Amino acid sequence: MILNSSQPLELTNLTSWLDTTLRSSMPEFWALLIEFVLVGILLLAAYAVIALILIYAERKITAFFQARYGPNRVGKWGLLQSLADMIKILLKEIVKINRSDRFLFFAAPFFMIVASMATFGAIPFGKSLHAVDFNIGVLYVMAVSSVGIIGVLLAGWSSNNKYSMIGAMRSGAQFVSYELSAGFALMTIVVLAGTMQFSELIEGQRYCWNIFNGHISSIIAFVIYLISGHAETNRGPFDLPEAESELTAGYHTEYSGLQFGFYYLAEYLNMFIIASIATTVFLGGFLPIQVQGWDGFNAIMDFVPSYVWFFGKTAVLIFLSLWVRWSFPRLRIDQLLNLEWKYLLPINLVNILVMVILVLPGLTLKDIFGIM
Amino acid sequence: MSSIVEYFSGLFTGIKSLLGGMSVTWKELWTKKVTQQYPENRDTLVISDRFRAELVMPHDDKNEHACTACGICQMNCPNGTINVLSQMIETEDGKKKKQLDKYIWDLGMCTFCNLCVITCPSDAIKFENTYENAVFTRSKLIQQLNADGSKLREKKKEVKPVEPKPVVEAKVEEKSAPEVKPEEPKAE
Repeated sequence: MILNSSQPLELTNLTSWLDTTLRSSMPEFWALLIEFVLVGILLLAAYAVIALILIYAERKITAFFQARYGPNRVGKWGLLQSLADMIKILLKEIVKINRSDRFLFFAAPFFMIVASMATFGAIPFGKSLHAVDFNIGVLYVMAVSSVGIIGVLLAGWSSNNKYSMIGAMRSGAQFVSYELSAGFALMTIVVLAGTMQFSELIEGQRYCWNIFNGHISSIIAFVIYLISGHAETNRGPFDLPEAESELTAGYHTEYSGLQFGFYYLAEYLNMFIIASIATTVFLGGFLPIQVQGWDGFNAIMDFVPSYVWFFGKTAVLIFLSLWVRWSFPRLRIDQLLNLEWKYLLPINLVNILVMVILVLPGLTLKDIFGIM
Repeated sequence: MSSIVEYFSGLFTGIKSLLGGMSVTWKELWTKKVTQQYPENRDTLVISDRFRAELVMPHDDKNEHACTACGICQMNCPNGTINVLSQMIETEDGKKKKQLDKYIWDLGMCTFCNLCVITCPSDAIKFENTYENAVFTRSKLIQQLNADGSKLREKKKEVKPVEPKPVVEAKVEEKSAPEVKPEEPKAE
C-alpha cells in the first residue's frame, strides 16, 4: 500500500482512470453498466485465452514427461496448435442424438460452463483485477463450483447412453465426496485467517503465507486441498469418469463440436480455478514474496506486477497437478472412495481441530515471531 | 491397536511410495526426447543393418550376380512375392544351361520374412535397410532385381585346395532336393 507509486506495471491506475472518466461523463447507472459489461467481456476473453494456453501447456508438459516433443508443427514450437484445434472444434457439426432428451442434452454444457465462469469471476488475478469480492468469497466459490456437477449428471442422463450414464454417476460420486474434503481444507484456512473474503485473506498473507503461518496444519490442508481439487476436476489418477478403456469418453461421449468444446474448456478451466484458489488461499495470492523488515528486497519484489506473481504461483501448482497426473495410474472406484472417506476426511476433521488448537493459544508463526 | 498401527503405517508407506513415483517421473521429465523428427533428420537417422526393407540382388562391378535361377526362393516364398523367370541357353560346348532372365519381386506382397534369403543356396539376394519405399502407384512396387545385361558370376576354378566349399554346396543340394520333392505332389 505504501509502495503504490513504485509499481508502474500495475493495472490499478488504468482501472481507476477508466472508472473516473466514465463516472464523470455519464450518470452512475450507465457508468456501472458499461463497467459490468466490460468486466464480463474481459473475463470471457480471459477464460478462452487461459484455456487455450492451458491446453497447449498441458500437451507440451505431458509430452516432456513421456520423452516426446509434443505439438511442434503448427507455428513456432507448435504455439498455434490449440488455436487451430479451437477453430476445428468450432467448425464441427453439432450432432443431434436420436432418442436423447434434447433439451437437457443441450442445456447440460451451459451448467458446466456457467459454474466455472462464475467461479472464475471470484478469483483475484491481481491488484484491482478482482471482479467479485464477497465477504463470503470462499463459501461462494465452493457453492458455485459445485453447480458444475449438475452439468455432468445431466449430460450423462440425457445422452441415453450407458457409457455416459456410468461416467456421470462415477463423476457424481467422486465430486460429492471430494467436495467435502476441499471444503474442509479451505475451512481450516478460514479458521486460521479469520475471514472468508478473498481480498482480506490475501492482505493477511503479506509477510507470511497461510501455508507457513499455520505450519503443520496448513501444509496438511494444502496437500488435501490439492488432492481433492485434483479429484474434483476429474483429472490425473482420478479420471475414472472418463476412463477411455471402459467408458469411451465418459459423460461427454455423445457430445460433438461446440458442446464438446464447452466441456473441454471447462475441464481445463477447472484445473486453473483449483490452482488459483489454492494460490489465493494458501500461497499469498497475487502478493509478491516479501520479508518483514527487508524493505529493499520488498521494493524490488514489488516491481514485478501482482498478476505476474499470481499467474506464476498458479502455473507452479498446475505443473504439480500435471506431474501427479503423469506419475500415478488410475484408481479404481472403491480405492477412490476409500481414499476420501477413510483417509482424507478423518485427517481433515482432525486437522481443523489442530488448527483451532494452534490459533486459539497463539501458536501460529505470525504469533510466535510477531509478524504483521 | 494393531489396526490403528496398520492404518498409519499404510498411510505413511503410501505417501512414501507416491513420492518415490513422483521422483521417477521428475527424472523422466529431463531425459532426452526419443521422438525421431523423420523428414528433417534424414541425414542423421540410423536404421539398423538388420532392418529388412528392400530385397536386392548384389551385382559386382562386372555386372555379375550369383543367381543361378534355381527358383528355391520362389518356392519358399509364402506369398508368391518372387517370380524367377529363367531361360535355357546353349553354351559354347553344346551344353544346355538354365540362365536367369528376370528376377521379379513384388514389394507390395512381401512380408519381409527373410525366407528367400535364408534358403538361397548361392547367397544371391539379401535384404537392405533402404526403407523409403513409398510410391504412388502399386505397379511401381513390382521390381526387377537383376540389372539389365547382367549375367551369372562364373565359379572360380583355380581355388582347389579349399575343400569345404564343394561339401557345403553338396549339402545344400541334398537339403533342397527333399524339400522340392514333397512340394511336387502337393502342387499336382
